[in-house]
Amino acid sequence: MRNSKIVSLQEAVRRSGLKDGMTISFHHHFRGGDRVVNMVVDCLAEMGFKDLHLAASSLSDVHAPLIEHIKAGVISRISTSGLRGALADAVSHGLLKEPVVFRSHGGRGSAIAKGELKIDVAFLGASASDELGNACGVPRSDKAKSICGSLGYALPDARYASHVIVLTDDLVPYPNLPAGIRGADVESVVVVDSVGDSSKISAGAIRDSKNPRDILLAKQAAKVIIYSGYFNDGFSIQTGTGGASLAAVKYIREEMISRGIKASFALGGITAHMVKLHEEGLIGKLIDVQSFDKVAAQSIASDTSHIEVSAVEYASGEHSGSATHALDIVILSALEVDTSFNVNVLVGSDGIIRGAIGGHQDTAQDSALSIIVVPLLRGRIPCVVPKLTTLITPGTSVDVVVTEYGIAVNPSRPEIAEKLKEAGLNIVDIKDLAKKAESIIGTPDPLPFGDKVVGIVMNRDGSVLDKIYNIR
Amino acid sequence: MMFVPGNNPGMMADAHIYGPDSIMLDLEDSVTMLEKDAARLLVYNALKSIDYGSTEMVVRINPLNTPYGKKDVEAVVKAGVDVIRMPKTETAEEVKELEAEILKVEKEIGREGETRIMAAIESALGVVNAYAIATASKRMMGIALGAEDYSANLKTNRTPGGAELLLAREQIVVAARAAGIACFDTVYSNLDDMESFRKEVELIKTLGFDGKSIINPRQIEIVNEVFTPSEKEINKARAVVAAIREAQAKGSGVISLNGKMVDRPVVIRAERTIALAAAAGVIDKEEML
Amino acid sequence: MITIGPGEGLDIELDSSVAAQFGRQIKSVIEETLSGLGISDAKVKALDKGALDCTIRARVTAAAVRWTGKDVWKD
Repeated sequence: MRNSKIVSLQEAVRRSGLKDGMTISFHHHFRGGDRVVNMVVDCLAEMGFKDLHLAASSLSDVHAPLIEHIKAGVISRISTSGLRGALADAVSHGLLKEPVVFRSHGGRGSAIAKGELKIDVAFLGASASDELGNACGVPRSDKAKSICGSLGYALPDARYASHVIVLTDDLVPYPNLPAGIRGADVESVVVVDSVGDSSKISAGAIRDSKNPRDILLAKQAAKVIIYSGYFNDGFSIQTGTGGASLAAVKYIREEMISRGIKASFALGGITAHMVKLHEEGLIGKLIDVQSFDKVAAQSIASDTSHIEVSAVEYASGEHSGSATHALDIVILSALEVDTSFNVNVLVGSDGIIRGAIGGHQDTAQDSALSIIVVPLLRGRIPCVVPKLTTLITPGTSVDVVVTEYGIAVNPSRPEIAEKLKEAGLNIVDIKDLAKKAESIIGTPDPLPFGDKVVGIVMNRDGSVLDKIYNIR
Repeated sequence: MMFVPGNNPGMMADAHIYGPDSIMLDLEDSVTMLEKDAARLLVYNALKSIDYGSTEMVVRINPLNTPYGKKDVEAVVKAGVDVIRMPKTETAEEVKELEAEILKVEKEIGREGETRIMAAIESALGVVNAYAIATASKRMMGIALGAEDYSANLKTNRTPGGAELLLAREQIVVAARAAGIACFDTVYSNLDDMESFRKEVELIKTLGFDGKSIINPRQIEIVNEVFTPSEKEINKARAVVAAIREAQAKGSGVISLNGKMVDRPVVIRAERTIALAAAAGVIDKEEML
Repeated sequence: MITIGPGEGLDIELDSSVAAQFGRQIKSVIEETLSGLGISDAKVKALDKGALDCTIRARVTAAAVRWTGKDVWKD
């Protein structure tokens, strides 16, 4: 066959010209089911590579095997949006010599586009690809087995990396079009047994939360939206996947129907809930950087008004065309909020990394109304605190904090506070929320941080926001 | 009135955030015999430490003729509970016995007369004696129906329409009203059927109950919706109240509205509507007479 | 979960999910509760998942009552 791009993984690596010290990249669309990162790094270790910089869009529990590769010197640096599980724990305790660089999804897209994050070889898993490397996350044959929907976080890598290798477990005949990853950007295609464990890529049917606290928070968040002044025909919205966030969609839907209001688009990670509203005609378009569940993945495969966008198009702060600039309302979660509305979504109150920046910085800053939904307490862990463990999203980007003990509005948005008060919502001073938390659980002792920097939190514009120190 | 198991510290810590009018911490049916001592201590310490705000705190104790009942009384009175709920009340004598136990502990701590009593009526004998129970003590603040034990005692089953409870419900409302105290309906335990729950709440409101017992925060909204007067009802009540004020201003004993004399029951109903609306927070408390 | 057995002086073994921030406070609540019950010699094992002080006080008292056989309420 003419100059086939289809080669073994080792051959693809050899052709890429990868050298010790270079940067390799991955996406996280296969979430907890991802097999690509571990498979590729195992192979690179076997081939004798050292001192590589692993730049993933995010990493999770499933990537614990990287610990051994770090100890062996195969991987010496990591850039990611988030870390979880054993790898996060080890990093927090000082596993790496160099600090992990944390960027938001939009920030990573910008950094790649600007060349601040220069990727030498991108290893991009795909649900289907043809022999030329036109690759996507939706099923294109009966044999498709690892379906993830949108490949939004992989698209900057595909476009800007010096060398792109697509890995797929379903090779289909040309033309596999339309496809987010374009064959023109791809150097090699590697066919593997499996790119992901489909049972862990996405949840099946999401059940509505029955947790009364989630429901209480969701109702309050929905009321904030409804009375904020932004709940008008043609509004746009982004929500997360937390129980409260999903439940809020339910109450917003009821109000949209009763008032005859429709949304122009929903953005970001798309869930079955949003697909339902779209199919009912309540949301015009779904702008999808990541499909969170099977329903969303099926929808993007078949519905032309459900659109895949890259991380740059989604949330770059430096591309005026990115969708977050047109976003009205975003509901976000938090690990901690402080009394200046600063938010931490990355480092737990025990000082251990257990989260991801995701699109938090991006959507909070660009949206017209950003709402943080957070319980005042998780067990004995306070979530509204005088001082954050780690700064991720500056308080200047945050408008409203919803807790089960009351709603706090950023003093910079008095007009929103006024509207919510008029609607009879329980508006409180965020300092009183922090005091309330402390009165219930007592004053926490300071965390035993060491003096080694294990993580650097970047702002989406490329500046450094905060440093994470090792925990003893 | 929201039921919270006395052996569940997590739920005890934040039950008040859902805004029930009262919380009943349970030491009786939701606690196994092996856990009675531990639950009693959990409830005691929760009442002592947790700021429940203005929520009325009730504890359902074990019957006094069990090894736990008297210790329960001692613990919760010392913790400063608002109301003790006496389970399976059948006679006025039992209420008097509880009253004596409460007084003994109150004297010890110098808090005489502050603890009130709610009696749960859960048997045919209790229903027959409802008025005697309701008037057995000046501490009595209300009586409540416990339908599971009651229907078993009647040798019947609970049904969706609640026909088997009709007499007991009416008897309890009548006894409470005759005694000038409050009355509360039993729990509805199928959390997956909110429509039938709403129907039951509508029924017991029509029968005259002051409130409903609930087992989950998700039920609160429906109870509030049913019990909160509609805008139309509030406006009608406001008109009556305005007429009363006008009559008072004129020093007239006769209240008239739209040229017609307003009867005493209409005045009472209007006042109750305004009080309910104020309690539900849909109107300002200032409007209450 | 709290278990109490014989010991010399107060020996508290605490395994808590919030040990870094609240370990000191939890231990002092255990000590105060036991000393309030007149117990100065005991070995205490406490497994905590972020309970509030009032819950810890109740659990410690319950364990102490079971261990000593002497209730805090009138028998």
